[in-house]
Amino acid sequence: MQQFFNFLVKYKYFLLFVLLEFFALLFTIQSHSFHQSVFVNSSNQFTGAILSKIDAFDSYLDLTSENKSLLEENTLLKNKLAHFNSLDSLQSPEFIELNDLNFKYISAKVIRNEFTKPNNYLTINKGEIDSVFNDIGAINEKGVIGIVNHSSKNYATLISILNQNLKINVKIKHSDFFGSLAWNGINYNVLQVIDIPRQANFKVGDTIVTGGQSTIFPEGIPVGSVLDIKTENDRYSKIDIKLFNDMSAIGHVYLIINPHKSEIKNLEDSNNE
Amino acid sequence: MNNTFLKYGLLFVVLILLQVSVFNNVSLFGYAQPMFYILFVFLYPVTQRKSLFMILAFSLGLSIDFFSNSGGINAAATLFIAYFRLPILKTITRKIEFDNDQFNFNNLPIGEQFGYLFILTFIHHFIIFQLSYFKFDALSLVFSHALFSSFFTLVLLLIYSGLFLKKTR
Repeated sequence: MQQFFNFLVKYKYFLLFVLLEFFALLFTIQSHSFHQSVFVNSSNQFTGAILSKIDAFDSYLDLTSENKSLLEENTLLKNKLAHFNSLDSLQSPEFIELNDLNFKYISAKVIRNEFTKPNNYLTINKGEIDSVFNDIGAINEKGVIGIVNHSSKNYATLISILNQNLKINVKIKHSDFFGSLAWNGINYNVLQVIDIPRQANFKVGDTIVTGGQSTIFPEGIPVGSVLDIKTENDRYSKIDIKLFNDMSAIGHVYLIINPHKSEIKNLEDSNNE
Repeated sequence: MNNTFLKYGLLFVVLILLQVSVFNNVSLFGYAQPMFYILFVFLYPVTQRKSLFMILAFSLGLSIDFFSNSGGINAAATLFIAYFRLPILKTITRKIEFDNDQFNFNNLPIGEQFGYLFILTFIHHFIIFQLSYFKFDALSLVFSHALFSSFFTLVLLLIYSGLFLKKTR
């Protein structure tokens, strides 16, 4: 027993070192699995409040570009509205409304954005009070941004599409060939599409949009355009796409809330049993 | 004692705020990211109690992790260099004892100072990038990221030491 205590005293610093490293590695491993970084994340009240203070200062510098992008989006929406108004009466208006009712949009401000790491996250200033919970998609006017993975009362964190743990269902626009959007962690403007079937026919410059096979994103939200295609044994081995978004400058996002999500999920789960 | 406590407590908070507000948003060529907060490890007195120092280093890293959603990566790396600071310092300077409370790295000869800062910084950055890529086949990527970021951090550390640290010899 005496020897044991001597051992403890002699190696107390080393034991403290090992203990603390153990906790640090535990947190690290947890953070690499999708929903389990329970403890260390920036959606909590304290870090959220500090980050939004820092962002409040930063955003003065971005007002010009922020205004410009809002103006562009306004124009886009005005054009769409004009298009809907001019639709001839043969097309049933109920159909359009029904489609829109499927998803509800709320806006949020990004108070922290990352894009240089291999696994990036964003923090936004909306939380459970605004009915923001896990697995809600975030987009902006140019395309997909990420998916909510943590929320507190007033803040939430998003897994950015620039994160190697995230895969999003996508397809080639005007076709029904689906694949998954992934990132290899190298260039924040260039992402990869994997698992595209070999019979899919497309070329450089084609647009990639969300596939609508998940309940998170509606169909047809732009992602990027095909930049480079590599084939191997008649299969697509690597498809690079260039994002429409500049992920280094994200100001506002829209969160997409799907009111039917639990219904769809229950239906699918009942099939799997 | 109280004075020391206050001084390093303030340094602790200021370095966290500086890191999350400024340096986390800086990235040179999308490649080199400075981690200036490890200045704490270099400034903390070598004669103070080691257990407290290790706990402080761990909490410093963990605080950065909270802000950047990185699990325990910064905590692991900062604790690691805090634990190996003294052995490395002794190896570089070939001294056995550091009993001078006034010791700071600015008083070392320029070569030893550079080596001491660079080795600890590089180890720290290497652990950070290795843990954040979390796989072994990205070793060259991790290595280059760590190397470029280390130079960036090193430049900032040297600027700080040139501006604020007095030579006592």
